[in-house]
Amino acid sequence: MSEVLILVEAIDGKVAKSTGELATFAKAIGKVNAVVFDSALVAQLSAYAIDNVIVCNGIDVAKFSPGPIAQSLAQLVSSKSATAVLITSSAKGKEVAGRLAVATNSGIITDATSIDSDLVTTQAVFGGSTTVHASVTHGTSIVTLRSNSIEPIAGSGTPTTEEFTPTISDSAKLGVVTSTQPVVKGGRPELTEASVVVSGGRGTNGDFKPVEALADVLGAAVGASRAATDAGWYPHTHQVGQTGKTVSPQLYVACGISGAIQHRAGMQTSKMIVAINKDPEAPIFELADYGVIGDLFNVLPQATTAIAAKKA
Amino acid sequence: MKIAVCVKQVPDSWAEKKMSGGTLDRASVDAVLNDLDEYAIEEALRIVEANSPTKEAGEGSGHTITLISMGPDRATEAIRKGLSMGADDAIHICDDAFAGSDALATSLVLSKVITDGGFDLVFCGTESTDARMSVIPAMLAERLGWAQLTFASSVAADPASSKVSIARSTEFGIENMEATFPAVVSVIEKINEPRYPSFKGIMAAKKKTILVKALGDVGLSAEQVGNKAAWSKVKDAVLRPARSAGIKVEDGGDGGTKLVDFLAEKRVI
Repeated sequence: MSEVLILVEAIDGKVAKSTGELATFAKAIGKVNAVVFDSALVAQLSAYAIDNVIVCNGIDVAKFSPGPIAQSLAQLVSSKSATAVLITSSAKGKEVAGRLAVATNSGIITDATSIDSDLVTTQAVFGGSTTVHASVTHGTSIVTLRSNSIEPIAGSGTPTTEEFTPTISDSAKLGVVTSTQPVVKGGRPELTEASVVVSGGRGTNGDFKPVEALADVLGAAVGASRAATDAGWYPHTHQVGQTGKTVSPQLYVACGISGAIQHRAGMQTSKMIVAINKDPEAPIFELADYGVIGDLFNVLPQATTAIAAKKA
Repeated sequence: MKIAVCVKQVPDSWAEKKMSGGTLDRASVDAVLNDLDEYAIEEALRIVEANSPTKEAGEGSGHTITLISMGPDRATEAIRKGLSMGADDAIHICDDAFAGSDALATSLVLSKVITDGGFDLVFCGTESTDARMSVIPAMLAERLGWAQLTFASSVAADPASSKVSIARSTEFGIENMEATFPAVVSVIEKINEPRYPSFKGIMAAKKKTILVKALGDVGLSAEQVGNKAAWSKVKDAVLRPARSAGIKVEDGGDGGTKLVDFLAEKRVI
């Protein structure tokens, strides 16, 4: 049976749902080995379709660049003769994948939305306008997968566990973390992980309060268009679009966003799109399943109240 | 300091793109300097200016900024733009053999040129707006065996102590990192506001040296680069059916309520 490695990703001590998605894809390919650097996370991994957990010891990966993670995975690829390594398409995940591809002389595909049992990937490129099927043709298939691509299947029992002590070279440890500041999240989910995203644009005039209020009642992440982040109205890390994050939630609510290609590139693979805009000609309406021509400062608070009432 | 900035010419990120024979059709769209690389050039200029006795980049600063770009002939337009912002010179890696190179081959070629150049720091944008893989800086660090300081929202470099430090800004928060030269640094948007080339800068750029390197000059063979050496293959590429517009209502005072009714009916809330 082919061996597949998946890299466990965690946020604030919680295994990310995307790890369960990786396990679900990996299960169709072969034996699922979850690689984890923090033994405290092992107990949470039985929630997902994981056969074996590999706990890497002896290196505090939080103190370094992604180098040591990639090096550990490279050694496991070799010892397990892995056919594929699946990693979440986060900023760090893609860096690990890039280094791993170099270290193992393997091909790499990033930002896939699926990988099948024959290791053929699906990607939505050019802002979701084109679907590409591709595969790695040399070495181990190193593939990063976007969050929210598949519903994770549940685990069936406790996975086996093994310990592994990687050998980390000095060059992989160049670049040292001297201190960290965690993200101030205010309880909202991470943008690329969220199943609902509410975004604000130029139409907010810098006031994101109604956008945030709707997001909170929906349990959603808050996004912003480039116009809004360029104006300094919302942090750059929340930017959705060609030069920001790509999101693919169940529901995307675009508030006061015109819908330039720059923005559409980051959100048009969302399952359902809702738009609120004063301008009836705004291009965002061309892809919205439901559009409201109106002032977001009236429409959003009313929707927020209505949802809160339904929940009560 | 000897600084290199990796830059790429890309199709305009505001234009529609399409595939042709398994790769991006580059002929049909306007080509521009990758937006995200402008932040890298700007940051390199600011670091030189901060460490220059004249507070200016260029001759007299004691530091140099070299642009490195791999791409076809017409990539010189993007290179000239970077030079007009204030970089000193450029290396244009240009050979038909490179066409269709994947990220692995591209990072291999760039790493050869960087090694030959004896640089202290290499700056990159976080990604190109066409392929959007965001792996080249990490691949370069792996190939060169250099420190990887990526996704920087601020950078400080001290040539006297050969130290460079950054604030690494990702979805996991901010990590303050440091390393000794040489290092690969990638910078995010928002780290700075890239300058517009001045008229003087544009005139000066015309006289700056662009050294062209072909396959033989980078010490690689044709089997190691280009489409044939790509380790991933596109099987097919199809245009997704365009999303069609759904229901559009005018807010007559109950737009918010109607919206919620729609979402409830579709069972998304």
